[in-house]
Amino acid sequence: MRYFYYPGCSLEGTAREYDLSTRAFLGAVGVELVDLPDWTCCGATAAQGMSRLLALALPARNLALAEKTGGNLDILVPCSACYLNLRRAEDRIRSGGEAKREINEALSETGLHCDGRVRVRHLLDVLSRDLDAASLADRVTRPLHGMRIAPYYGCQCLRPYADFDDPEEPRTMEPLIRSTGAEIFPWTVGAHCCGASHMTTKPEIGIELVAGLLDAARGADAVVTVCPMCQMNLEAYQRKASSLRGSDLSATILYLPQLLGLALGLSRDEVRLDLNLAVGQAFRKTAA
Amino acid sequence: MVEIQREHPAASDEAGRPDILAAVRKLIQPCIQCGTCTGSCPNEFAMDCTPRMLWRLVLRGEVDEIFNSRTFALCSSCYSCTLRCPRQLPVTEAMAALKQVAARLCPDRYRSSTAFSKTFMDSVRRHGRVNEMEFMFFYFVSRKNPLLPFRFSPMGLRLMRRGKVKMSLPGLGGNDVLAPLFRAVERLEGTP
Repeated sequence: MRYFYYPGCSLEGTAREYDLSTRAFLGAVGVELVDLPDWTCCGATAAQGMSRLLALALPARNLALAEKTGGNLDILVPCSACYLNLRRAEDRIRSGGEAKREINEALSETGLHCDGRVRVRHLLDVLSRDLDAASLADRVTRPLHGMRIAPYYGCQCLRPYADFDDPEEPRTMEPLIRSTGAEIFPWTVGAHCCGASHMTTKPEIGIELVAGLLDAARGADAVVTVCPMCQMNLEAYQRKASSLRGSDLSATILYLPQLLGLALGLSRDEVRLDLNLAVGQAFRKTAA
Repeated sequence: MVEIQREHPAASDEAGRPDILAAVRKLIQPCIQCGTCTGSCPNEFAMDCTPRMLWRLVLRGEVDEIFNSRTFALCSSCYSCTLRCPRQLPVTEAMAALKQVAARLCPDRYRSSTAFSKTFMDSVRRHGRVNEMEFMFFYFVSRKNPLLPFRFSPMGLRLMRRGKVKMSLPGLGGNDVLAPLFRAVERLEGTP
């Protein structure tokens, strides 16, 4: 299995462990990643706050690069915000008409053109549909028996494009987590919003959403995420959320490929657990 | 009340001046006021007017009320409303369209959100990819609040210890890889 790989800006900075553990885990299961040459920012949610066309042209540039590079590979995207932006650009270009025309008019200034021939896929889409959870279970060397893991999906890998999961009650992480020998921690907020950039711009509102999620995770041994924004919000503000709610809301938060990698026998250095902001002693003892 | 430099106050304009709500109205014209968007919104608890009411104000052309409300600025793009809208309207996109109008017409009123978007995109324009350290630096500068950085400094230190922030002088260096694309978009949208 080969894919173009679009890491996105966060995975070069605050979410380096998501990048490194994704590469390590996929390498261990024989998936080959082809780095998309000269990729640029997808526009995040900031472009949408400024300009409609910019929010389409920025991701479209990366689709155009993939088409130009050739090879007929899908683009694998670990960040949910990047995924949504690239996916939306793919959708608008494929629908043709005015949107496709104006996107390409903007791209033509950079000598690029996009026909929408490349498929955009979230990491969780690839993990849950292209890999086989049963064969994954056969390769587990460090089973996580007895652990209860809360799957946290967030928003933008599920909505508005319901490509691979139920956007209201997602389940795709469950077979993957079970393949490690762990159990699913039952909770109902896996598809709720983490507050996204509110934690920076309107922290008094964002912290309410973060505290609600951490509160619901009480009793889980870890929460796993598939988005750098979700991960940051859940791991970086636990002290603030705890003082808001007047109780200890600390929790272990890690990226899904980190958990899967550990179960497959990768070391904690290989999945870069040292870069996480919230990994509890208990989790370290059992799983790493 | 905040004074808004508006191009036009109401839905229709006999003088033929540009209608600032036209793009938003087009997106939500078939709204049946059922309130599913309000019921689905995770940030509704903090809004001064519910999403359902906001769409009514858009259809009525109530520019002042809309841009004195912070409802659309509180949209975190979770797409729950878009998913559930029984009329299948692009509700989240309509919120974004209002953010775009506000960024052009009354950036001071929504300075935390518009400063966030603008400083982010400035960094992208300069480097092709966002430099998170540079972006936060200019975000603090643009907020003109000397205490703001201290709210983030404990986290900044934790990130630095883990080598997660690129240490470089903000505003320097960069490449021009995206500059032609930004210029083309500005030309096509008729913005500076």
